[in-house]
Amino acid sequence: MNPRDQRLYLAFLSPVILVLLCFIIVPIASSFFTSLHRIIIGLPQLGNPFVGLENYRELLRDSVARHSFWITVIFVAVTTFFELLIGLFMAILINHRFPGRGVLRACVLIPWAIPTVVSAQMWRFLFNDAYGMINYAAFGAETARYIPWLAIPGTALSAIIIADIWKTSSFAALLILAGLQVIPEELYQAAKVDGARLWGRFWHITWPLIRPALLISLLFRTIDAFRVFDLAFVMTQGGPADATNVLQLYGYKKMFVEGWMGYGTAISVCIFLIVLILSIIYVRFVGRRLLEASV
Amino acid sequence: MSRSFLTKTVFIFGVCLAVSFSLVPFLLFVSSAFKTQTQISSIPPQWWPDFSLKFFRSALKNYGIMHYLLNSIIVAGTTTLVTISLGAFSGYALARLKKKWAHLILMGILACAMFPQIAIAGPIWRFLQIMGWLNTYHGLVLPYVALTLPLAIWILTLFFHEIPRELESASLVDGCTRFGTFIRVVLPLSTPGLFTASILCFIYAWNEFFLALLIMTDPARQTMPVGIALFQGEYTVPWGEIAAASFVTTAPLVIMVLVFQRRIVTGLSAGGIKG
Amino acid sequence: MASLGIKNISKRFGKVVALSRIDFHVEDGEFCVLLGPSGCGKSTLLEIIAGLTLQDQGTVFIDDRSVTNLSPRERDVAMVFQNYALYPHMTVAQNLGFGLRMRGVPKEMIGKRIMETARLLGITELLDRRPKELSGGQRQRVAMGRALVRRPNIFLLDEPLSNLDARLRVNVRLELKKLHKQIQTTTLYVTHDQVEAMTLGDKVIVMREGKVHQIDRPEIIYNKPADTFVATFIGSPMINLFKGIMTEQKGRFIIKTQDFHLEYVHDDLRFGNGELEIGVRPEDITVVREAERGLRAKVEVVTDVGAEKYIHTRLGSTSLTARAAKEDSFQLGETISLVIRPSRLHIFHDGRRI
Repeated sequence: MNPRDQRLYLAFLSPVILVLLCFIIVPIASSFFTSLHRIIIGLPQLGNPFVGLENYRELLRDSVARHSFWITVIFVAVTTFFELLIGLFMAILINHRFPGRGVLRACVLIPWAIPTVVSAQMWRFLFNDAYGMINYAAFGAETARYIPWLAIPGTALSAIIIADIWKTSSFAALLILAGLQVIPEELYQAAKVDGARLWGRFWHITWPLIRPALLISLLFRTIDAFRVFDLAFVMTQGGPADATNVLQLYGYKKMFVEGWMGYGTAISVCIFLIVLILSIIYVRFVGRRLLEASV
Repeated sequence: MSRSFLTKTVFIFGVCLAVSFSLVPFLLFVSSAFKTQTQISSIPPQWWPDFSLKFFRSALKNYGIMHYLLNSIIVAGTTTLVTISLGAFSGYALARLKKKWAHLILMGILACAMFPQIAIAGPIWRFLQIMGWLNTYHGLVLPYVALTLPLAIWILTLFFHEIPRELESASLVDGCTRFGTFIRVVLPLSTPGLFTASILCFIYAWNEFFLALLIMTDPARQTMPVGIALFQGEYTVPWGEIAAASFVTTAPLVIMVLVFQRRIVTGLSAGGIKG
Repeated sequence: MASLGIKNISKRFGKVVALSRIDFHVEDGEFCVLLGPSGCGKSTLLEIIAGLTLQDQGTVFIDDRSVTNLSPRERDVAMVFQNYALYPHMTVAQNLGFGLRMRGVPKEMIGKRIMETARLLGITELLDRRPKELSGGQRQRVAMGRALVRRPNIFLLDEPLSNLDARLRVNVRLELKKLHKQIQTTTLYVTHDQVEAMTLGDKVIVMREGKVHQIDRPEIIYNKPADTFVATFIGSPMINLFKGIMTEQKGRFIIKTQDFHLEYVHDDLRFGNGELEIGVRPEDITVVREAERGLRAKVEVVTDVGAEKYIHTRLGSTSLTARAAKEDSFQLGETISLVIRPSRLHIFHDGRRI
């Protein structure tokens, strides 16, 4: 590697590093910094004092924040589980060679491709309490029995969970598909010759070899799921009674609606830390195995 | 042979299930754009629309979706151009630098994609406010570039890895400079990768909501997702218009997906393979 | 046209030493072959000469001028890569003309040179095609053409024939030799195939694990290998090699091995009392039927290659391979006599020839 080339490569990289620094690294650092202050937009006379970890301490006492955290955890757990399951199913289907496979792939990709807000409006429409399709599917023409899904705390969370599962299963499917495609066809052929049937082939060949891809999907989906916002904002605005007040939405409300910049930023820092810790855990436990498997 | 027949039927059933799972909710919603108001709110639901364009006209006139569309095109298009240009150069550099450094920098870049938007939204908003860039196109494009770069670089680096080094050696010996080799030999051969990265980048920028909501508060500059989310009727929720706007927003995406599905799958799953 | 000088070149990659103190000189117009097994560092050496890799120590001289600070572009060498490295997105004509375009040669001149070179290599009908439409042999010619068209000072060829099938390889080899006679460009040709080395080279450099073992004309390398590696690497089937000690009896030298002894004739032999390795090529062992002279050996395997036969025999713990005429026939397990001419023995002490 001669020095001339090295300088060229660094020159190629520098604009990107600059952009990422300006718009990601510095903002994160700034957020950390802000979260250590009390800043309330609309009350400038308070003067934005430094309050150390006071915001965080208050967060721990804040019952809404705690509730928000658990709501988010439930959301992450349920959506990730179902998305991986359905994603696995779809990946196996797509992996087969058959005429019209492209059409299947395109269909499966559509939920992923459309904006989250569109899918949020869509599910809001489908869950409508007067003429939504979901109610029709459940209760037929008996409109009296229709449930206002998005207005009852118990069902509202389920509604956004369903919406997310619909939207993101295909993305999980693609990640798992990558892992499926690496498995050589000869293994299946050998297994068939050895007498293994469909379930046997799945359990003894597909399942063990697909675990790295599953773990990758798990990692990406978990981290992504913690950042849920669009669905909750459009479908329920966090209600009813904070039933769907996911962390990022709560932080948004505090920061941009109520103007509690310092406090809201503390929430955002918490989300960041949660995601960071999760990534480290995953990379630690999973990364090594993955590196060996994928290189 | 009944076993293979059974497998085949199960398979076909599975495919139908997957397709209906993906499409039915979407079609139910989008078809409402072509119905009349009574059709939308009727029980039992009217499956087949009248193909009335009333809602489209209303959406256009009363809700100004043309503006939203235009803004989305400008923002997403510009973001894609900038990101792919920057991404191509840096992806190449990362594919050719010493493994240790390249891996480290790549991991760092990827980490940037993992941060919750809210953690960067506040400071970015303040920065844009100070620069006077709120409610401007570049005010939204720049953060978008930062958000789409990791994915683009990830995909492009993988594609550049695939280009045999011998080709570059041949070009150097033939008298090209390293930069010239990049432009004349490497780039033309990476068009599939560039294309895939562009598609993914465009889709991301087109669909983004959170930052658009924050940065573009002036309706004249808002993008489609913001417009659709904030659709407010006078007394009721204007489902017809929302559906029409959704149709307009998603039509280009659906076409893109139908035409480029192979590339998209390759691009996304390539990213998945290397973890 | 230029000479190529390699002085004291060393290169390591991490802990692995790729090249160690390589020294040799290629005369102007000479066809020099760098021969060695895979991993011996020959490709690395080519990359260093071309300027693609920087050496850790030592200097490359082109026409007696050091080129260390020159980029590949400035060194004016042309290279044919093992996998051809043709630009897939360009036609054959564009591939050929690329180097000339990069150096600012005027367009008409480029067109002329492309046609000349294409005619020389017989690829004129391929000029508008893309590499992926060509066969292996055609691609190889285009790769050669791309190097030729630039009329460089020095040709570097990295195993250019290794991806061709056997018959094609023989034909292209002959053509290369003819081509070199015509063009007389200084050439450094890298290969692991000793037949290529022997037939093509004016001079052969035998390398192993980053070190030079012998530099000589092909006949000398074959008939006077400098050490046991060169002796066993060159020559097919492999030279017979066995251990023994030299003793003197009544003014004559006898080589004593575990299973037999041989007479040795040499004028100015200097040797110690240590163990020696003795080599003799299969064609230097004659099979006779008379039982009185020669060494008695048992036939184990007979290899019939058509033009001749190779008898693999065993004496005690030693295996010897001898060449026989194609008309002779042998029974497995038969005992035959092998006669070795003393002047055809190669003696090695500590691996090196004495």
